[in-house]
Amino acid sequence: MSDGARVGVLELVRKTGETGIFFVRLLAACVPALGRPRLIIAQIYNAGARSLIIIMLSGLFTGMVLGLQFYDVLNRFGATAALGTAVALALLKELGPVLTALLFAGRAGTALTSEIGLMRATDQLTAMDVMAVDPIRHVAAPRFLGGLIAVPLLTAIFTVVGLFGAQLIGVQFLGVDHGIFWSQAQSAVALKDVTEGVVKSVVFGTVVSLIAVNEGYHSEPTAEGIGRATTRTVVASSVMILLLDYVLTAVFL
Amino acid sequence: MRANRSLEIGTGLFVLLGFAALLFLSMQLPANGLKFSFKKPAGYDVTAQFDNIGDLKVGAPVRMAGVRIGQVTRIDFDTNTERAKVWLRIDPRFNQIPADSSAAIDTEGLLGGQYIAISPGAMPTYLTNGSRILETQSALVLENLINKFFATQANSHGSHGDAKESK
Repeated sequence: MSDGARVGVLELVRKTGETGIFFVRLLAACVPALGRPRLIIAQIYNAGARSLIIIMLSGLFTGMVLGLQFYDVLNRFGATAALGTAVALALLKELGPVLTALLFAGRAGTALTSEIGLMRATDQLTAMDVMAVDPIRHVAAPRFLGGLIAVPLLTAIFTVVGLFGAQLIGVQFLGVDHGIFWSQAQSAVALKDVTEGVVKSVVFGTVVSLIAVNEGYHSEPTAEGIGRATTRTVVASSVMILLLDYVLTAVFL
Repeated sequence: MRANRSLEIGTGLFVLLGFAALLFLSMQLPANGLKFSFKKPAGYDVTAQFDNIGDLKVGAPVRMAGVRIGQVTRIDFDTNTERAKVWLRIDPRFNQIPADSSAAIDTEGLLGGQYIAISPGAMPTYLTNGSRILETQSALVLENLINKFFATQANSHGSHGDAKESK
């Protein structure tokens, strides 16, 4: 094995260990952090409420394009009545959780990393330590919890908006019957499918928030270091989301 | 204080919206979920009884000559006649459907959902609120047809074989 590859593998293992240790410390800090809900509410606002527009817009267009594509495919079999089923299951089980998590990593994950990274670079975290204030409890944990709460809610909103986007295209423009669209969707969707989507979104929320907070917390305290940490957040989050998505789907099926 | 207030309102709106979406997904969407009925479509109610409704569902369209004229609002089992009873809500624009019209359950496409097709009769009186469609035709259940087909196949083969043996 070449030197470069060995360093790369070692770095990957180190990063995994660093994230794992940080996760445990974060979990331990989450319980006392719950005692200050104002900090968490501010983070839900930052990560969740301010991502609402991008999530709803993306959901609408995802739903609309699904409506078009599934209509085209189903039309070849003369089965456009199954449009509701196809769109509802696709959004609920796959596209809702995955796309929301990817968008969240880009919109909120990067903001978290650069914010905490800048705190690190300007010695704010060290200052907290000196004042005997635990920065994990006061900075990292509320942001982690905020992301964890925001992602499942955003996913639900994304899915519902997507469904209505698909309905807009399928029913209003392409002429699928309104009653058939919804009754077919309802008859095919079981509570288990909804649970699958919710479980996925909770897992993705945990992973994206953990990676974002960890990268920021351990970023190099330079302008360049913060930039690299932000990039790593997006790359690592995206890969982990898609990887875990496969694992979770395999578990659920 | 002002900034804090708007932050709280924003967060509250977001969380409420999120939970409303979750509620919709978990209660309204699944077949076994709890449904709230939204506004009922305007129109008058007509009932029809079928021997077998197949896969017909509430919300399925009612069509006449392929044009949507209403929808199925309720499906129940009538213990007196031991048949399925279906309530149809017909759009008030179509108030001149002959009273002796017949209703059939048809399938849309190969994998499609089922709907009720109404073929007009000839009587000069019209269906009104509460009237009943007497002449009905049940859903075609494909499995039954296939079973029947194979049963007859087997029978004819069987008799064929018997004939050979008797020779």
